[in-house]
Amino acid sequence: MACYLTTPKHMSLYWSVLTVLLLLAVTAPVALAFGFGGASAARSSIAPLRWFGKSYIAIVRGVPDIAFFLFFVIALDQGIEYLRHRALCPDWSEPIRQGNDFVVCQAAKMPLGEAPQWVHETYGFTLAVFTFAIVFGAFAANVLFGAMRAVPHAQLETAAAYGLSRRQTFWRVLVPQMWVFALPGLSNLWMVLIKATPLLFLLGVEDIVYWARELGGTKTSRFTEYPHGDWRMWYFLALLVFYLVFTRVSEVVLDKIMNRLTHGQATAGGEAQRKAAA
Amino acid sequence: MSCWDTIQDYGLRAIGIGERLLPREDFTLCQQVTLIGSGMIWNVYFGVFALITGFFLATALAVGKASPRKIFRKPAEWFIFIFRGSPLFIQFFFGYFLFLNLKSVSPFFDPFTAAWLGALIVLFFNTAAYSGEIFYGALLSIPKGDTEAADAYGMTGWARFRRVIWPTMLRLAWPAYTNEAIFLFHATALVFFSGFPAWQQRGDALYYANYFADKTFNPFVPYPILAGYFILLTLIIVAIFGYVNGRLNRHLPREAKPKLRLRPNLIR
Repeated sequence: MACYLTTPKHMSLYWSVLTVLLLLAVTAPVALAFGFGGASAARSSIAPLRWFGKSYIAIVRGVPDIAFFLFFVIALDQGIEYLRHRALCPDWSEPIRQGNDFVVCQAAKMPLGEAPQWVHETYGFTLAVFTFAIVFGAFAANVLFGAMRAVPHAQLETAAAYGLSRRQTFWRVLVPQMWVFALPGLSNLWMVLIKATPLLFLLGVEDIVYWARELGGTKTSRFTEYPHGDWRMWYFLALLVFYLVFTRVSEVVLDKIMNRLTHGQATAGGEAQRKAAA
Repeated sequence: MSCWDTIQDYGLRAIGIGERLLPREDFTLCQQVTLIGSGMIWNVYFGVFALITGFFLATALAVGKASPRKIFRKPAEWFIFIFRGSPLFIQFFFGYFLFLNLKSVSPFFDPFTAAWLGALIVLFFNTAAYSGEIFYGALLSIPKGDTEAADAYGMTGWARFRRVIWPTMLRLAWPAYTNEAIFLFHATALVFFSGFPAWQQRGDALYYANYFADKTFNPFVPYPILAGYFILLTLIIVAIFGYVNGRLNRHLPREAKPKLRLRPNLIR
């Protein structure tokens, strides 16, 4: 059994678990940054910036489905290749869209045709992270936008009365206080993000869903050396349990953070904590 | 070939009526719109039936979770946790392979490996868990005065539930339930990407959109068509649920009526 669980293919499975965790670890801060940028833009006093922020939130949230993921990766890939094509091969005369094909010159291929395998994988992964970050950034922007508005207005007026500039008010008063209002929404988003990770499979990254299917199955001739029948059910049961445990742990940790943040805030939760301590 | 011919050939392709072969080259816009639209039949089928059956299980789950008795509460809590805590995508895969294994035990499970039943069952459990949580939250926030009034009238048991608790619960839960219905219809797009095979290329809207995107290497046509169909579907759902919302709250004065607030989400 120990031998079975340490075949090279199983090692790939364990690596892909790490890939998922890495995706979460990279995407969460990037999406938060996108969200922060979007929310700040949406409440900016400069009109074009405000329109940009608001339309970013509205467009990404309005487009309905995983279709967005499928669409965006190809669109991004072709967009990058198109730009490189324009920059690198200026004397290319044929049209880029030839009927059903998307043709760019060899030098503009992304990644380059002769690049090693890991570059291709890293490129695919980066595209996936970027797609996730844009989509979840829009959701985070919406949450943060709401949280910024939830900070009591009197706080901002007090800051203005003390002679703080707009920038100082934003960074020293608004941002430190908004997190407690943002956290319920953000933790909800984190849960959704965890549950969105299997969609990596659709983006062509060899993730845990891919390996679970490969390893459990007997249909593919490559794996007939494994001495078992169709075990895909058990592999997916393991994945199910993995996600359940992950969700549960996140819930507990986020509850702890919420407790910390609520401390000393003028909200119902903070009041309850103060009473309990007294 | 005119567009009308295309509609006759492919309008019901998703349920196996009409031309058998999918178009292979020279894709016209009309073909894409028609085929993706015919795929929407499946999305609507899955969504409607899962929603209707899920509604009853959700009510049972909510009542179970709010019950003071452990034997009712624990199973309901676990059911809701399992289906809300794991990705629907994984649930589809697990469900499919589970049914595949059961099939070798008894021929009774044969239809379960087909999408029309197997995926429907997974969606049914999933939406029941999500709506169950919504209904549970609504049960907890029923105004105390309502139940006290029911007690004062001497209502007990079934009559109290049927006439006071259940309508109030629905009224409170309805806006959130509308969002859940929208998610559910969006989630139906996952069915044919998750193990369940599309028999004779009878797939849902995303299946055909993906088919066209693969064949033409051009995602800019099929996916916006798909998005358009889904937005249309969402608007229809909002209209229907808005009508029910108005009916549930018909006793309230105009200003006090809660408005539906839509917060479409992306993934469950």
